[in-house]
Amino acid sequence: MPYVPHSDEDRKTMLAAIGVRSVEELFEDIPAHVRFPELNLPPALSEMEVRWELEMLAGADFTTADGPCFLGAGAYHHFVPAVVDAFLRRGEFYTAYTPYQPEISQGTLQAIFEYQTMICALTGMEASNASHYDGATATAEAVITAINVHRLKRRKVVVSPYVHPEYRAVVRTYTQGMGLTVVGDENSGSAVLTDLLDDETACLIVQYPDFLGRIEDLGPLAEAAHAVGALLVVVADPIALGLLKSPGQFGADVVVGDGQGMGAGLNFGGPYLGFFATRMEYVRKMAGRLVGQTVDTEGQRGFVLTLSTREQHIRREKATSNICTNQGLVALAAAIYMATLGRCGMRRVAELCYHKAHYARQRIGAINGFSVVDEADDGRTPVRYIRPFFKEFVVHCPRPVKEINDYLLHEWEIIGGYDLGRDYPHLQGHMLLCVTEMNPREEIDMLVEALEEVAS
Amino acid sequence: MTEPLIYELSRPGRCAATLPDLDVPRAELPEGLVREDLPLPEVSEPDVVRHYTHLSQMNYGVDTGFYPLGSCTMKYNPKINEEMARLPGFVHLHPYQDEETAQGALCLMYHLQEFLKEIGGFAGVSLQPAAGAHGELTGVLMMRAYHLDRGDAGRDVILVPDSAHGTNPATTSMSGLRVVEIPSDERGNVDRGALEAACREHSGHLVGMMLTNPNTLGLFDEHLEEVTGLVYQYGGLMYGDGANMNALLGIARLGDLGFDVLHYNLHKTFSTPHGGGGPGSGPVGASVRLADFLPGPVVAIDRERSSDEGDFYTFVDLPKSIGRVKSFYGHFGILVRAYTYIRMLGAAGLRRVSEYAVLNANYLMSRIKGTYRVPYERICMHEFVCEGRFADAPDVRALDVAKRLIDYGYHPPTNYFPLIVHEALMIEPTETESKETLDGFAEALLHIADEARTAPALLHEAPHRAPVRRLDEVRAAKDLILRWQPKQQ
Amino acid sequence: MKLDPVARYARSHEWARQDGNEIVCGITDHAQESLSDVVYVELPEVGDTFDKEDTFGVVESVKAASDLYIPVGGEISAVNEALEDTPELVNQDPYGKGWMVRLRPSDPAEFDDLMDGAAYEAFVAEES
Repeated sequence: MPYVPHSDEDRKTMLAAIGVRSVEELFEDIPAHVRFPELNLPPALSEMEVRWELEMLAGADFTTADGPCFLGAGAYHHFVPAVVDAFLRRGEFYTAYTPYQPEISQGTLQAIFEYQTMICALTGMEASNASHYDGATATAEAVITAINVHRLKRRKVVVSPYVHPEYRAVVRTYTQGMGLTVVGDENSGSAVLTDLLDDETACLIVQYPDFLGRIEDLGPLAEAAHAVGALLVVVADPIALGLLKSPGQFGADVVVGDGQGMGAGLNFGGPYLGFFATRMEYVRKMAGRLVGQTVDTEGQRGFVLTLSTREQHIRREKATSNICTNQGLVALAAAIYMATLGRCGMRRVAELCYHKAHYARQRIGAINGFSVVDEADDGRTPVRYIRPFFKEFVVHCPRPVKEINDYLLHEWEIIGGYDLGRDYPHLQGHMLLCVTEMNPREEIDMLVEALEEVAS
Repeated sequence: MTEPLIYELSRPGRCAATLPDLDVPRAELPEGLVREDLPLPEVSEPDVVRHYTHLSQMNYGVDTGFYPLGSCTMKYNPKINEEMARLPGFVHLHPYQDEETAQGALCLMYHLQEFLKEIGGFAGVSLQPAAGAHGELTGVLMMRAYHLDRGDAGRDVILVPDSAHGTNPATTSMSGLRVVEIPSDERGNVDRGALEAACREHSGHLVGMMLTNPNTLGLFDEHLEEVTGLVYQYGGLMYGDGANMNALLGIARLGDLGFDVLHYNLHKTFSTPHGGGGPGSGPVGASVRLADFLPGPVVAIDRERSSDEGDFYTFVDLPKSIGRVKSFYGHFGILVRAYTYIRMLGAAGLRRVSEYAVLNANYLMSRIKGTYRVPYERICMHEFVCEGRFADAPDVRALDVAKRLIDYGYHPPTNYFPLIVHEALMIEPTETESKETLDGFAEALLHIADEARTAPALLHEAPHRAPVRRLDEVRAAKDLILRWQPKQQ
Repeated sequence: MKLDPVARYARSHEWARQDGNEIVCGITDHAQESLSDVVYVELPEVGDTFDKEDTFGVVESVKAASDLYIPVGGEISAVNEALEDTPELVNQDPYGKGWMVRLRPSDPAEFDDLMDGAAYEAFVAEES
């Protein structure tokens, strides 16, 4: 039996020291009628058998390693340098616990301090926490922060319909017991967002680039939010921030998002990385762990978890959040990614995504039957003017998106884009395509050829 | 021993990554939206590797040595789990791909759901929550939704024992509910008299009770069925905090003991690694009456698309779901590790885990209880609490004992929790530790008890043999330095 | 354990002192000692109103974050801004430079309901 080292001798000696005759005797507090159930589980496998089974399961999947991928929508096929996993496999990092004993956790603590610094650099903010579960829960925590900043006196949240649909859903789940009203995205948001802002509003949430890939000047939004005393929360793509002006520069108060693209890989949806950055004035209302710099008794620089008194293990029911375990190892991956790519590399990755996506859009727009749109309000009239976009863009298809994707998969082994009709009724028949640094020109040209075939 | 910050190693012009040349025409960059500078480090790949290697050498993990943190279950993290989680057919799978391309992953998730149901005794499981606290929020929201669904509004009280982990009351507040604390009796059980009084006082307002069992003292409640019975009598539900499930695998199923909803901690009980603070995974199990409220989607068998060749797996939403609690489906990479672990152990192996976890804890307790007072005279489960203080060395506190253990090569146990024991040291050895390791640890603790009397300064100034000495936490909280900044010119 | 000669005391370890027709409040010497090094004090805004025993702020050390309960109800007329940069004043001089808020009391009789120095001393002895 694996992982339990005891011999029969050991067991006997230990039972004698405890003063009981058998292991069963240790469980007498358990009510007899439920004790020692027979669990109906498949029999144990040896290491090589378990490997065969898992390899068979994994082998049944067709993935982004098997064919070109043009699917994004919140999870992205980005380059992960080899150094990242080399360190995720070091036992000193991945088998450590939360650094509550700082003297023997300086590795984790310093790595997270550096991560916090780099997130601030990307987002243009002053303080970052050590992570949330993902971009969606980080967004929900941003709402809770905004509510706390307003000392529970403001109960309204305005959210853009082009914040990721799952993020908006999680905000609603998280806040279902808090008596808040979340508006702005019903009916795919026909109202102008800033018209909804008033002195009841705790925060305005927008995404940058938005779910349809578009980039908007956040300056007017920051002004409108601040004019009513509301916080501006920006959900940002960290890869885009390699190229684009930071939300901090526009006046954002909280920047959240998912760091998945920075070293977490796709992994069928998780574990990913929620990041959360804000201004120093809101630092005590920010949930999650924080690493701070200090000195030891000999004056040497060191790092510790700080402001822990806001957290659940001290504040209990008055805590900023209940979060305990977060995404430590994934934050480490992101830190290594940001250090490896660095100032020049992150800019280059962003430019590769940008130019390749623009090339793809231009070629697809030229295919008869496909049209590239900004947004169709009535589903019939494609809007010709295209707002700036980063790595994703919307395409109106001549046939249902599912049909197109089935064709791409079965005839060309291409993973096609996201069906926007799933979330936006007025975008039935529209596909969200994503192009990253991982798509060489040949793949884009292949996609174009495939779509030309589908259209005819 | 210190390591420069990555920014301090930075030199202009260095870049560790290699990227391909642009192979398409350049498009115009968006006016007014391009950033001017990006203050990230500029280092070479050898710089990166040496830096993070040095950092790793300042860390202590389960792979380094004994890590007896109570309620954290720092058991050995099997290497085969790491390999399986890295299989390309899992790593490169995009969550929004067509289900027919992800049948291997979906099959794994479906069967893990089934395994967890069987192990816990529940009718339904969702793998979506990302950690234990996340599972707690899920469970409490489910209980709340259950009452609202039955038209029973006005229930807003959750009962929480005074020994509870801080996440329990924090979760209650996040759900918009009120905490009422129930004291423990002198044997470490929930005080039934106080519980009954609280139920009566809040009758009609009771959502339910959150209970960790075995509790944070490492004790199985001797009157568990009375406790759950009382809560049901007043219309409440029972939430089980599964943090201490390492004592119960194949020993008892919390679903059989009347819990309506429970979270599992895959990163505790099921050997997935702690990662220096995550990622974990906190699936939630639910009884028949709560299963429809689970967050989702969850994985089910699609009968229409299944055939003799095999089942077709698909995502479905539960009819009364509280909604999604995170994006996508859960921490899939962690689920692969837990699945691998359960397949390697089987039912017999899982039972052995709990038998030896409990044996180890009781053995260690027997070795030190003469010197470190154990407040509850009872057989413990997988962990126990003792006091880190000595009548004849009044200046020595649990913190000093903990820091001195570092000098002996051990990670300290949990300090100052649970709050109901003075100078608490919560010790959980886990089943993967040998008798020799336990004996060594016991000897170190006994030595330290001696030092407390003969040379207390050694404890007060500990650790002496760590990469850094004791750190000034007051200064860290006052002079908040949360990031590196270049010196002002 | 130090006391202030003219202050009165609440069971939650805050003190209140009359100053003209206003009341000055802070936490007692016993409270600051139990907390140890204070690192932050969260104070209300001028103009906020509270009923007696409402939470008016939070005092934070590395070990704990304790709510502050107002000993008498009223409207806040001033807060001690020095505590933002030097929260340790609460430890060094809890009845003097470590004061927290001034308020205009809504019901002056509430002041008399508080304990005097002797009663507070006895209360603390009994609690421990």
